[in-house]
Amino acid sequence: MKRQQALSPRRRAQRWRVLQYAVLIVVLAGAAFVADWQTIGHTFFDPTLIWHTIVHGLWRALWNTLAYSAGGFVIGLTAGTLLALMRLSDIAPYRWLATIYIEFFRGLPALVVFMAFSLLPLAFPGLTMPWPPYGTVWAALGIVGSAYMAETIRAGVQAVPRGQVEAARSLGMTAGQAMRKIALPQAFRIMIPPLTNELIMLIKDSSLVFIVGLSAANFDLTKFGRAAANTNVNITPLVVAGLGYLVITLPLSILVRRMEASAARAR
Amino acid sequence: MSVTTSRPLVSISALNKYFGDNHVLRDIDFAVDSGEVVCVIGPSGSGKSTLLRCVNLLERPQSGTVLVRGEDLTDPDCDIDAARRHIGMVFQQFNLFPHHSALDNCALALMTVLGKKRPDAEHIARANLERVGLADKVDAYPAKLSGGQQQRVAIARALSMDPALMLFDEPTSALDPELVGEVLAVMRRLADEGMTMIVVTHEIAFAREVADRVVFMDQGAIVEQDKPARLLSEPKEPRTRDFLKRVLKPTEAG
Repeated sequence: MKRQQALSPRRRAQRWRVLQYAVLIVVLAGAAFVADWQTIGHTFFDPTLIWHTIVHGLWRALWNTLAYSAGGFVIGLTAGTLLALMRLSDIAPYRWLATIYIEFFRGLPALVVFMAFSLLPLAFPGLTMPWPPYGTVWAALGIVGSAYMAETIRAGVQAVPRGQVEAARSLGMTAGQAMRKIALPQAFRIMIPPLTNELIMLIKDSSLVFIVGLSAANFDLTKFGRAAANTNVNITPLVVAGLGYLVITLPLSILVRRMEASAARAR
Repeated sequence: MSVTTSRPLVSISALNKYFGDNHVLRDIDFAVDSGEVVCVIGPSGSGKSTLLRCVNLLERPQSGTVLVRGEDLTDPDCDIDAARRHIGMVFQQFNLFPHHSALDNCALALMTVLGKKRPDAEHIARANLERVGLADKVDAYPAKLSGGQQQRVAIARALSMDPALMLFDEPTSALDPELVGEVLAVMRRLADEGMTMIVVTHEIAFAREVADRVVFMDQGAIVEQDKPARLLSEPKEPRTRDFLKRVLKPTEAG
């Protein structure tokens, strides 16, 4: 017979937690001890360069990144909805076309799509995209985004219970009215979290737009940071530009969490 | 709207419906007169809900005709959306639109389907919510309503289109027992007002008191139909007798 009393599940969980904290502290302390704080200070966080980066062009680059991704998202969402409806269509060729498009552009690296877009005028002489460079960037980002969003939207529409569309049709709505008035609004509520994910991915994919060739005034955050880092032979501007992405994504996350909460209340 | 002749409002003939190999409706002939209240009873899987869903063509039968107001809904050239405006439907699971208030649930189709202006649509919607006793819930979202209230909103939504015919697909089967009464009361009042109704139900007491005719279905066919007093008290067919015994005295069934 065992003399020693076994630990209660609560005591065991407690010990396990203490152990995890201990490991975390050891790892952080080790990293802090090994790091070369002086070099970190002046190559990554040089105070004068931080200031210099902020006043010389950070806001413009932030704005450009915002404009590129917002436009790309709007085009992606519109085209994605269209593709999703094609995937759900009764007309077989629509389904095939949408499937081919989605599989193709979802599989290609975004970088390759951007390169292809920068070469488009070679393939089609005389082709000019409106509002340079926004037209090209929006179209490229929109194509990449739409392929991802189409699948999200299709899944969202299919997640709306069948009875909803049946109720709408029983009232005399056409298939299109039932889709627009009943299925899609509910689908978009379901899709808020995954669509946010895709918007954030799109914001980060916008760091690839330099491929299409931009003048300095049109630099996005990453290109702007890299250029400034090169000029100053110091990584600090890139770090500042990188943190600029958080200035966009963090408020976005908070906003979306609020939207989700209010959508949950309305249901 | 003028249904001039004494022709039945609904007339179904030689109706066959399959789900894959499953022959769900077998050569059904069935008619409902204007102002008549018909209750359809039968064991689960007997095809009674499918028959109801064929009346507004939510299910498309493989053969046979469905005439409503003299119009053949199974005709490929029939404008089914226009026909459905005159056929109200109430579902077991309510199927209210969760993103709209009770008022908008009722007003939406008036605006999108009939093209009414919002004030007119809301006026009609409000009147119909009042009719089902929910005048104080116009602004409530479905999630904030009890099952019984949701089903009454669903009835008001169907009534808002001013239908010639109301279809009820087990309207009280998803409700807690204490909420069944309020829904049945609304339906009874509707019947008293002269609405033509086809009700698929397990509520034998409701059928007995409200129906003009009770239809008993089993295995995709109509076994017998008659006045409720006769069919429910002295059924001719053994299958009907058997079913009624199981429904009315569930603890005694072997």
